[in-house]
Amino acid sequence: MQAFTTLNGLVAPMDRANVDTDAIIPKQFLKSIKHTGYGPFLFDEWRYEDRGEPEMDCTNRPLKTDFVLNQPRYKGAQILLTRENFGCGSSREHAPWAILDYGFSCVIASSFADIFFNNCFKNGILPIVLDEAIMDQLFNETAATEGYRLAIDLPAQTVTTPSGQSFSFAVDTFRKHCLLNGLDDIGLTLLQAESIHTYEKARAQQAPWLF
Amino acid sequence: MGSTLFEKVWQQHVVKQNEDGSTLLYIDRHLVHEVTSPQAFEGLRLNARKPWKISATVATPDHNVPTTDRAQGITDAVSRTQVEALDSNCAEFGITEFGMNDIRQGVVHVMGPEQGLILPGMTVVCGDSHTSTHGAFGAIAMGIGTSEVEHVLATQCLIQKKPKVMRIRVEGALPVGITGKDVALFIIGKIGTAGGTGFALEFAGEAIRALSMEGRMTLCNMAIEAGARCGMVAVDDITLDYVKGRPYSPAGENWQKAETMWRELYSDADAKFDAELVYQAADIVPQVSWGTSPEMVLPVTASIPDLASAKDDVQREGWQRALVYMGLEANMPITAIAIDKVFIGSCTNGRIEDFRAAAAIVKGKKVAANVKLAMVVPGSGLVKQQAEAEGLDAIFTAAGFEWREPGCSMCLAMNADRLEPGERCASTSNRNFEGRQGMGGRTHLVSPVMAAAAGIAGHFVDVRDWS
Ligand code: SF4
Repeated sequence: MQAFTTLNGLVAPMDRANVDTDAIIPKQFLKSIKHTGYGPFLFDEWRYEDRGEPEMDCTNRPLKTDFVLNQPRYKGAQILLTRENFGCGSSREHAPWAILDYGFSCVIASSFADIFFNNCFKNGILPIVLDEAIMDQLFNETAATEGYRLAIDLPAQTVTTPSGQSFSFAVDTFRKHCLLNGLDDIGLTLLQAESIHTYEKARAQQAPWLF
Repeated sequence: MGSTLFEKVWQQHVVKQNEDGSTLLYIDRHLVHEVTSPQAFEGLRLNARKPWKISATVATPDHNVPTTDRAQGITDAVSRTQVEALDSNCAEFGITEFGMNDIRQGVVHVMGPEQGLILPGMTVVCGDSHTSTHGAFGAIAMGIGTSEVEHVLATQCLIQKKPKVMRIRVEGALPVGITGKDVALFIIGKIGTAGGTGFALEFAGEAIRALSMEGRMTLCNMAIEAGARCGMVAVDDITLDYVKGRPYSPAGENWQKAETMWRELYSDADAKFDAELVYQAADIVPQVSWGTSPEMVLPVTASIPDLASAKDDVQREGWQRALVYMGLEANMPITAIAIDKVFIGSCTNGRIEDFRAAAAIVKGKKVAANVKLAMVVPGSGLVKQQAEAEGLDAIFTAAGFEWREPGCSMCLAMNADRLEPGERCASTSNRNFEGRQGMGGRTHLVSPVMAAAAGIAGHFVDVRDWS
């Protein structure tokens, strides 16, 4: 997993509440056998005029011009600003996979759906929760300033605006440790390899038919 | 104080107790199928990781395989890609796979126990919610997501928070005509689809003890429909008799050793449960689901509920939506519901005993004229072979049923087997969600004998009235 430490990135605003995982990545893409490549299909139904299918070449698909991510000024954005209860719906990991593959590595909202929030950490995405009032300010500033960027500092747990105003955010110590070091759960568990071997040795004595 | 069955198995698998309350839990058996595994294997490749213990994992394709002539291969390109990906991933990582044309291929939860891959006291996982099936062996068996599939492949462990334990006792003998499926649906009807949330369930009591292993598997299979993390049944002679002599079960000295350990796998008399429920077997009548959630279920003798009897507005709205989707009227007797299709199969009811019981119902009879399709789909190639050896296929086909190749089939309609919009099905599967068996399709969950009888009568009937 990609480590997340600091990020100074372009911000894209998605001013909607309750964005669900079906909207993030529609169900026809769950038949895909890939872990990557969902970026072109992120927000597929909102983003394109036609219906997306797995494996489609998206380069020439007709875009919905009013969709925010289709505006040239937000091209290359790495931070997604959105509203409450982002990521509600199913547990599909295709949702964070699509977000990451598109290029976002940080999502800022006033609240997240639980499973999606967890899935973000498993995939190297930092979800940040900020107060509604701060969110309003960030939305306003993003709209007013083309090329608006935010500086995210995970060690310091701060979000800093171009004018130097800083907001702090909370993050679970264990999750922070994983993100900072690029450790997914697997990487972490593998740090316990010795314990697993020890367990296996003892267990093999006790229940040899399992080994 | 004594320990519960769950506690005993859990304790034997603790690799490390973490300070934050989570446990690093060792996993003995990992079953894999084509839908939830490709990204996990890709994850291993991307990170240059190898499976921790190759022998712990066994794979088979089931969701996407056709149930018609296998010689044609898979015509749907997307389905074919998923099945081929499983083949190549297993080959690349050295994982045992029973491929589409292997006689041992089948629904992963039928194949595993049949091969002796599931043993008492194991921890079992699979990227599939119905992994709960394997709790029938006194195992802790849980469904997991794709990240966790990768986690288990790479580390042979899972990071878990210990659930609470609920014991559900069913006392007394089950009346004739009542199966494990009816017990499962009855319990879900009582506690609801969230009734087991946060719990591991242990099924106990005289009625459960009397169930065959296949009946116990049917029951544990549906523990997930009650929202539980897993369902379990204590080990006894029935368990050991089933396990003995299977290809992957221990033999000789190891068997002796194993048996001694497995005999301890029950809840001690003074064990404490976080919750306990007791039901009387005599109260259980053949069950038929009428709505779009497994908890919307009734005895076959009942009528569709009146919205006025809903306990609150949330339930009333749910019922209202379900009635519209299902095309049913309040107060209509269940036995007045005519069906279009019959599906006998799935990881819930696709085993040999299910087919024996259903065949006994249809023998010498004919599928009703209004039934467009009645299909029997064995849970595995070996179930199919056994049924054919017993002449069950001939009984089904003579009655007008189609006899198919093994797989998930119309349980979830990911292959070509599906309901058309508005079609109504008597199904032995486990989920009656909107669109589960095909867009607009209407599913009624029942036992194999109830499905067979409905196929003959053309509508639901009380199988207890049948000789
Ligand atoms: S038979 Fe149905 S429930 Fe069982 S594994 Fe297959 S799709 Fe899932």
